[in-house]
Amino acid sequence: MSKFREHFSRLAGVAVVACVISVPAVAGKLGIGTEATPEEVAGWDIDVRPDGQGLPEGEGSVTDGEAVFAERCAACHGDFAEGVDRWPVLAGGRDTLKSQNPVKTVGSYWPYLSTVYDYIHRAMPFGDAQSLTPDETYGIVAYLLYMNDIVTDEEFVLSKENFTSIRMPNEGNFIDDDRPDTPLASAQEPCMSDCKADVKITKRAVVIDVTPEGEEPDGGSVD
Amino acid sequence: MKSGDDGKLPRPTRRGFLKGGLAAGGLIAAAGGVRAESDPANLPPNVADWSRYLGAGVDAAPYGMPSEYESNVVRRSVEWLTASRESSINFTPLHDLDGIITPNGLCFERHHGGVAEVAPTDYRLMINGLVDKELVFTLDDLKRFPRVNRIYFLECAANSGMEWRGAQLNGCQFTHGMIHNVMYTGVPLRYLLEEAGLKTNAKWLMPEGGDAAGMNRSLPLEKALDDCMIAFKMNGEALRPEQGYPARLVVPGWEGNMWVKWIRRIEVGDEPWHAREETSKYTDLLADGRARRFTWVMDAKSVVTSPSPQAPITHGKGFTVLTGVAWSGRGRVTRVDVTTDGGRNWHQARIDGPSLDKSMHRFYYEFDWDGSDLLVQSRAYDDTGYVQPTKDELRAVRGTNSIYHNNGIQTWHVKANGEVENVEIS
Repeated sequence: MSKFREHFSRLAGVAVVACVISVPAVAGKLGIGTEATPEEVAGWDIDVRPDGQGLPEGEGSVTDGEAVFAERCAACHGDFAEGVDRWPVLAGGRDTLKSQNPVKTVGSYWPYLSTVYDYIHRAMPFGDAQSLTPDETYGIVAYLLYMNDIVTDEEFVLSKENFTSIRMPNEGNFIDDDRPDTPLASAQEPCMSDCKADVKITKRAVVIDVTPEGEEPDGGSVD
Repeated sequence: MKSGDDGKLPRPTRRGFLKGGLAAGGLIAAAGGVRAESDPANLPPNVADWSRYLGAGVDAAPYGMPSEYESNVVRRSVEWLTASRESSINFTPLHDLDGIITPNGLCFERHHGGVAEVAPTDYRLMINGLVDKELVFTLDDLKRFPRVNRIYFLECAANSGMEWRGAQLNGCQFTHGMIHNVMYTGVPLRYLLEEAGLKTNAKWLMPEGGDAAGMNRSLPLEKALDDCMIAFKMNGEALRPEQGYPARLVVPGWEGNMWVKWIRRIEVGDEPWHAREETSKYTDLLADGRARRFTWVMDAKSVVTSPSPQAPITHGKGFTVLTGVAWSGRGRVTRVDVTTDGGRNWHQARIDGPSLDKSMHRFYYEFDWDGSDLLVQSRAYDDTGYVQPTKDELRAVRGTNSIYHNNGIQTWHVKANGEVENVEIS
């Protein structure tokens, strides 16, 4: 608490200098809100971190996971996690990240296995979230590791105990934000007149003609 | 000369125009600048019906809607962008708006599990983790804290993301419309955290949504204590369901994904969580195969909203109002430059209306159009000295597969007939 108060008063000081509009001062606690019960916290606190914090007791094998995946996941993601139609591809894509069309999957891109557990448990199956048991989730995660060749033993069993021993291939390729990465006006005053000799049109949206209901383009997409 | 007599653009009937405008995502109809024919019976010296007969009474519309003649001013989507409608995006009609405030019903939507329909009496916000006392707040509880009002832009990290490889979508609604700018009313997040009491090792927060996607992100404590809010009103009224009713997180200047809607929980921790939305998504792939993570701030950006592909010049040559919007997640926009000749010569535009921190700014540049082809661009500066880069400058550093954070300068080609096209230039 003391650190918070220190931080809070420091920020408040900055705010007075920087802003014309001030934030109403609040002296200490207002006594609003109700203490959360352990049961309430346990029901909602579902997140899992890379160090394993938040993992529930349980386990699941590759073969367990294959069965659950076939029943609950394969209709959209394919029997082998290869993706159906436009639904996300979960396996494959290794060594494509530098290519023109990178395939970003659990195996090729995701840095931490904890994210796979956390996301599947909180948000999947799409339309029936938080319906998977811990054992089912461990099994699906094990199956995805197998489909991505991160584990190669079909008898592999993923559990709370061995979870953090699994490292993902692309973990080392994430860097923290290092912007700004283009020239600043403060460094070089932008040109205002006679800046270019000639200007040519190089690309036209009308040529691609995908706005908004044309053919699916080769260009960028979001998901 | 009768209006519409210059013959340079097709002039559909109003009926046809409105019908087209209601078709799912119809772009032709989205060319909102095309005017319908006037009815001479309503023009001087004749007296129009509305000047003779009584109009609707006060109770005709307990919650009013725009004029039927504005029914083309709507959110639109691009179906091929995503695999499902529940995890998808639509776009604010920037080309039809002015000023800096986005009307609530036009604010773009981005959901990952559809719109959660939360009953306000069943709404709860939990704070747990590294706190002295884990707490649960009701909506009424939140409204007992001192409130603040702030105007901020909310821009999706993927705004303009489809344009990384070239000019693709024809209209600023589609290229730049994953943004809105409203006044939020709510509680500074630091009040709620103080109520729970932070442990000394608290460094990160994990806001989590109450929707079926359980949207979760890692938020550094410094930002949370600085200017984040839990908002329950936008533009004076309750949040719209699609914007997180009854409460959402406001993270000024930072990518829209972090503005967790239907917020149900904030966990306090000592390390980031590396959730799906900050590993698989909202990380920016570079050409060398590495990826940036935690690219939170939205850099300075601008776009000319008129003329633009959906807002062609319909009046022919002569005095012309060029307008657009600019914003920066790093602070206030201090200046916007405009060119009409593809960047050979630039003119300082006029910023009109409030110039607020991390808010949209409105700019104008009035000029006498001689009817020749134009290559229109705008270039924003913020109070940190950041200047909006060209797309080529961005690509030189990042390649073309970043998906997110495309704030490159947009070019519109205005043709002699007033039509406008999304292009890239040398």
